Amino acid sequence: MSKARLMQGNEACAEGAIAAGVNFFAGYPITPSTEIAESMAKLLPKKDGTFLQMEDEIASFGAVLGASLAGAKAMDATSGPGFSLKQELIGYGACAEIPCVLVDVQRVGPSTGQPTAPSQGDIMQVRWGTHGDHPVIALSPWSVRETFDLTVRAVNYSERFRTPVILLMDEMVGHLRERVELPESVEVYPRRRPHESRAEGYEPYRPASDGVPDTADFGQGYHIHVTGLIHDGTGFPAGSPTVTRDDIRRLHKKIERVGEEIIHVEESFLEDARFAVVAMGGTARTAYEAVREARKEGIPVGLLRLITVWPFADAALLRLAERVDSILVAELSYGQLVREVDRAVHGKARVELCGKYDMTSLTPAEILANIRKLAGRDA
Amino acid sequence: MMERSYEKYFREGRLPHIWCPGCGNGLAMKAIVMAIEEKGLPQDETVIVSGIGCSSRASGYMDFDTLHTAHGRAIPFATGIKLANPRLHVIVITGDGDCTAIGGNHFIHGCRRNVDLTVIMFNNEIYGMTGGQGSPTTPLDRLTTTAPYGTSVRPFDACHIAMAAGATYVGRSTAYHVRHLAKLIGEGIDNKGFSFIEAYVQCPTAYGRKNRLGSGADMMKHMRDSAVMLSAWEKLPADKRQGKFPIGCFLKREVEDFNTSYEELVDRAGGVR
Amino acid sequence: MSVFTIREERCKGCGICVAFCPKNVLEVDALSKVHAVRPEDCIGCGQCELLCPDFAIFVDKMDREAAK
Repeated sequence: MSKARLMQGNEACAEGAIAAGVNFFAGYPITPSTEIAESMAKLLPKKDGTFLQMEDEIASFGAVLGASLAGAKAMDATSGPGFSLKQELIGYGACAEIPCVLVDVQRVGPSTGQPTAPSQGDIMQVRWGTHGDHPVIALSPWSVRETFDLTVRAVNYSERFRTPVILLMDEMVGHLRERVELPESVEVYPRRRPHESRAEGYEPYRPASDGVPDTADFGQGYHIHVTGLIHDGTGFPAGSPTVTRDDIRRLHKKIERVGEEIIHVEESFLEDARFAVVAMGGTARTAYEAVREARKEGIPVGLLRLITVWPFADAALLRLAERVDSILVAELSYGQLVREVDRAVHGKARVELCGKYDMTSLTPAEILANIRKLAGRDA
Repeated sequence: MMERSYEKYFREGRLPHIWCPGCGNGLAMKAIVMAIEEKGLPQDETVIVSGIGCSSRASGYMDFDTLHTAHGRAIPFATGIKLANPRLHVIVITGDGDCTAIGGNHFIHGCRRNVDLTVIMFNNEIYGMTGGQGSPTTPLDRLTTTAPYGTSVRPFDACHIAMAAGATYVGRSTAYHVRHLAKLIGEGIDNKGFSFIEAYVQCPTAYGRKNRLGSGADMMKHMRDSAVMLSAWEKLPADKRQGKFPIGCFLKREVEDFNTSYEELVDRAGGVR
Repeated sequence: MSVFTIREERCKGCGICVAFCPKNVLEVDALSKVHAVRPEDCIGCGQCELLCPDFAIFVDKMDREAAK
């Protein structure tokens, strides 16, 4: 039986990483994610793992990619400005198909912004920040316990799909303290392994049946070549249009083909709803409270919480739009998530924004006021 | 003919390399495989990590686990590899732009951190891959495509930087002095810590042509005539040093490498290995 | 007497081997490939092979017996 502990979201992230087998962490201090690095600095040496504070944000993610290629399960954590700096190497990780997890505990931007204040303004930079075409998996927890669970899931997805996975946290959840009970053990997706020898014609980037390559780790005798140049199954750069198209398409298809299996959402009070709130992360907690209050007033409103932010829950949103008249998107930004929701509903429901970008989180009363407006219950 | 023993370190069917006729990068690559052979590094446990640029294409030709990283980032990637699997011998190939411009911060911190890496910087004094723009090691008053009226910023001496930043082995040689270069790289491999070896290489195409330095062979003759072994250099009066530069091992110092220090840290933390 | 092996697919005709040969044994032809035109003059110093950046020229010194 696991003991209950009072724990911060950022600490739970570190605990989840360790539970999932992360044995390498490289980072650079940045508010409000620093406690993740500090926790890893404490935990990893006790677990035969390596903690490394690097000279900058780019170096820390570079070290993570290198460590992963050498067989480690590797993680890095940062906030918006650091994430911006890592963008080139995130694309490298996607192109060279290197499993790893990058945590972004969001803060107010642009630029240095408001370092300790909550925001959800990185939704688009985690999806579209690096240059070129590539898919992204991003998960967003709303509680301390879920931070633990989604960190585990992020590590497992990164290994399964061989791609960097983003844990998209926000300052509210990162600095939130809750009583949690953590499981004794979790299911861990093992590192993929080659099933052929070099003599049998092994190619490190030839996809297995699930579209993901069984790339060898360095030091296993396969003499693989890894590059950020577009490459074929051998891993070597190739300048042909066919190889380029096939490589880019495969990067997308390996994730698209699993469809909704990795797109997690949570529905609350939606059975008979005519109105819905869509939210993620810490804001979903506020939205949940607001929806409960609205229900007390007799407003038929529910909540759709996005757990997987990317790939976007297009199908779930479309189903929602077919059931409700209008959707309120509650988010801590000038309006990012709302655009994606608007795109996904294909005009089948009215979409309104309840956004905030003033250093403070939304309050239940603010969301409630917007729900009332949505339902035509204006005072 | 007996095939040369270093041929086993090249990937079958990958040569000829992409470097221009007369380029010195092939010679620096030759010195690396000569050193690897001399030191008997196991091919399955040696990793070659490179950045971006002409020099960094070397990794693709070499029959080891090889990693062609992003521009300037070879040292951080190599650091991750060495710490994740200390059994691996990690050799970094970088260029003057890659190492001292975009990767400058990683370079100095690599020296300071003293992870057991052997870094070989191919210094052709120019950005070759992009067609001849000035780099931090382009000498003063040279012509480049981005300095059409001559360079006006003083160049870096990468060996001085490495020494000041804490590297535990620092040396320099040239493409002309292949065997000497291989010897220094071998000493770098022997050093358990961050070793930095600067390999002067000629770029007749982008740098030599613009500055009327002649063919690759002419540029190598210049290396032969202007490089002075350190012991002789130290005896050379200042006026005789004009137009010449020292080669050799500039520094060797005993400092515990990162992995060893980290093992001690693990013990202090009460960790299990 | 030396035996030259030239891997033409690797030779780019840069002329480094020609320039550093002390006995003028080598020449680059019109198609930018090197040839040993005076192999009998070779003293087997090995500079051509050592300084070839393209791994294209190899020189093996024959001992007298083998040369016969």
